[in-house]
Amino acid sequence: MKSIKFLLAGTIFGIILSKSEAVSWFRIFEMFHFQSFHMYGIIGCAVVLGALATFIIKRMGAKDYTGEPITFIPKNKTYINGILGGTLFGFGWALAGACPGPMFVLLGQGFASILVVIGGAILGTFVFGMIKRYLPF
Amino acid sequence: MIDFLSQPWPWYIAGPLITVIMVSMFFFGKTFGVSSNLSTICAAAGAGKKIEFFRFDWKSKVWNLIFLAGLVIGGVISSTILKNPDKIDLNPKTEEVLNAHGIMNEGVLPVELFGLDALFTMKGFLILLIGGFLVGFGARYAGGCTSGHAISGLSNLQLPSLVAVIGFFIGGLLMVHLLFPIIF
Repeated sequence: MKSIKFLLAGTIFGIILSKSEAVSWFRIFEMFHFQSFHMYGIIGCAVVLGALATFIIKRMGAKDYTGEPITFIPKNKTYINGILGGTLFGFGWALAGACPGPMFVLLGQGFASILVVIGGAILGTFVFGMIKRYLPF
Repeated sequence: MIDFLSQPWPWYIAGPLITVIMVSMFFFGKTFGVSSNLSTICAAAGAGKKIEFFRFDWKSKVWNLIFLAGLVIGGVISSTILKNPDKIDLNPKTEEVLNAHGIMNEGVLPVELFGLDALFTMKGFLILLIGGFLVGFGARYAGGCTSGHAISGLSNLQLPSLVAVIGFFIGGLLMVHLLFPIIF
């Protein structure tokens, strides 16, 4: 029963991504043409408010529901992987029109062909794990 | 109420709600990031036997798989109870570019790419498979995706996240402006 909160958070996130059309291939295409503020508004708004929330949580030393302090794990201070991996991610994001969250939302919306995209994403993750030590970071 | 919720939600509603989801995950003592689930799936399938990268306690990440299952349920609800039959209100200029590529603005996903007719052609299948592959590979190489880097990473003012997001856009822009005219 402790898990139901994660299921509920995921369900609401799935509805937000669907109803804001962020799961749509068309919206991603439009975003990369800078022809609508819509996607920038969603991400920008989430980041600005997220930064404010993160700042307040740190400043207040806020605790989670178990009473443990909320901590933020810094990202690894490497950059070559960010730019190279990020660019590959961008290729895929624009081509398939979906990042990892939306892929699973679209599965729920009943698009059978998204299973090929999800399968590709799992395969890509697997191949990354296999060749990680040969890649620059 | 249902009619109201079924309309497309504007960015100034969706953006703050995403922040609420992220902060809820923090309050639950967890993080906000979807792509690490793909590693968890590999680990759960036994990839750790051969590959060190997948040798971790995947059972400690089951909470995130449950979040992922929620995403699927959210998709079901959105396409049934909260379904909106109208086509997406794209910029007319975007529609012109799409039509020039032979793609029509109908539904959530273009049938020219995601329809079963397209899926059962070699080209159509490869587009989806390679697209997915690049997302999975790129997200793990960059150390996160849109949720982990662009939203929670930038919110925590992480420079590596900014670099990754710049990469996301370099890749996306090259894809739609240089490669799409070749692919489509």
